[in-house]
Amino acid sequence: MLSANLSAIFYLISGVLFILALRGLSSPETSRQGNFFGILGMIIAITVTFLSIGNFSTGFVVVLIFLLIGGLIGAFIAYKIPMTAMPELVAGFHSLVGLAAVFVAIAAFLNPEAFNLGSTGNIKLGSLIEMSIGAAVGAITFSGSIIAFLKLQGIMSGSPITFKGQHPLNALILISIIVLIYLLCSTQSSNLFWILLAVSFLIGFLLIIPIGGADMPVVISMLNSYSGWAAAGIGFTLENTALIITGALVGSSGAILSYIMCKGMNRSFFNVILGGFGATEQSAGEKNKEQRPVKSGNADDAAFLMKNASSVIIVPGYGMAVAQAQHALREMVDTLKKNDIKVSYAIHPVAGRMPGHMNVLLAEANVPYDEVFELEEINNDFANADVAFVIGANDVTNPVAKTDPQSPIYGMPVLDVEKCKSVLFVKRSLSPGYAGIDNDLFYKENTLMLFADAKKMTEDITKNL
Amino acid sequence: MEIDPFIFRLSIFILSIFIGYYVVWSVTPSLHTPLMSVTNPISSVIIVGAIIAGLAGNSDTIFNTSSIFGFLAISLAAINIFGGFLVTQRMLAMYKKKKKDK
Repeated sequence: MLSANLSAIFYLISGVLFILALRGLSSPETSRQGNFFGILGMIIAITVTFLSIGNFSTGFVVVLIFLLIGGLIGAFIAYKIPMTAMPELVAGFHSLVGLAAVFVAIAAFLNPEAFNLGSTGNIKLGSLIEMSIGAAVGAITFSGSIIAFLKLQGIMSGSPITFKGQHPLNALILISIIVLIYLLCSTQSSNLFWILLAVSFLIGFLLIIPIGGADMPVVISMLNSYSGWAAAGIGFTLENTALIITGALVGSSGAILSYIMCKGMNRSFFNVILGGFGATEQSAGEKNKEQRPVKSGNADDAAFLMKNASSVIIVPGYGMAVAQAQHALREMVDTLKKNDIKVSYAIHPVAGRMPGHMNVLLAEANVPYDEVFELEEINNDFANADVAFVIGANDVTNPVAKTDPQSPIYGMPVLDVEKCKSVLFVKRSLSPGYAGIDNDLFYKENTLMLFADAKKMTEDITKNL
Repeated sequence: MEIDPFIFRLSIFILSIFIGYYVVWSVTPSLHTPLMSVTNPISSVIIVGAIIAGLAGNSDTIFNTSSIFGFLAISLAAINIFGGFLVTQRMLAMYKKKKKDK
């Protein structure tokens, strides 16, 4: 049996390994090593837990069985999941972290002796506060992530669900959670504990339903952050350094990602969380109903334009993910490169449904990561490029964000696609994007609209090259 | 007067937030998806709590309400740990550099 001090040191080591795991992600070369550090940290933490309890009786076998069941399910999912489903997968995994935190909190509440937290009905005050915060945040993470998962999966409509009095109701519930925690700590009543959990599940659900599909990058990052804070709360209860360090790391990681995503849309965090984009902007979209001339072309025209170009910039968006067009796109680019045409990719921070979504899809299609650029790196290059090939993106290219202070997306950083000599726009129809506004780019002199499914159009262009 | 051990844990927590802040800002944006997918398994280190709860019963009563929640939490966390690390590994294996000879 390991002494408490020795195991604490091992937990510290595994915490440090988790820091190194995130640190590894600073470049693709070191990232695989980082992941290995993470795995090592986990093995150490689990082994030390077994050794410090030192109970290798029947219970140990049961623990191993449950561990294996989970492990097999996890491994199966990891090998089967297509890369386009990554946002759903991450949302699903967030929900599991949340639920696990809730379950551990319940276990600790029912059997505090096992965790050295006092006795049933007489739990140490500090531990009870930490436990109930961890459980509440875990429950919010769980139900919120389930909603995010359903929306991303398309089981639930991606459009915001709003009703009258939504915000006052949410505020009321949040206040009641604080009151419940206070009452729970003064009475130690188990009924209050269950009510607290139920109310937290409810608020997680209510917080996410008013948020629309294209705001999912913010939601996923935010839930990522919550799952971290929940883990940290439980870490304090269990007095476990590895869990406290991890919780803080994940919590701040999610918070930073939410910040980056909000900045990518030039919206405040609260504006996104309170929902309503799309709901209020609908009227603005309808005003612009007058017909304007659009130039549309076919794959042949597009192939002709690109063949005569010397540099092409590809701008992928969520539509590429929906059409699963990344492989067809890379084949097209390969053909272009054979004709000595310089090709690069421009990624907007909020393209897709989660941070880095486009990068993963391009990587899956074997696009080398040093051909893929972020907005700030590439935005000046549009002026010197011959063709911009916009595939499945819309709002992130809209020049109105720079010119019209009345526009809902005014101030949002956009890709300067209109500066290219010509723009090819693969889109299924002229319908406005998520923000509900018309894209001026469609009507520009040098824009050629290619109305088709992204994958089919890309394949046709390749044939014509 | 002795310092409450809680203060030490709080110190670790606050300092880790700062470490997290600087480490995450240095993550390259193209790896933001793997970043999220790896934070899931590492926050599933919560499994240590689940194991403690699962092993708390004595040999006569392996299954009581508390330990059952522990066992369930073990499975949930294990899905995340295995699934999360493996899917991240799979994703990272795809990030390749341009071949020199091209």
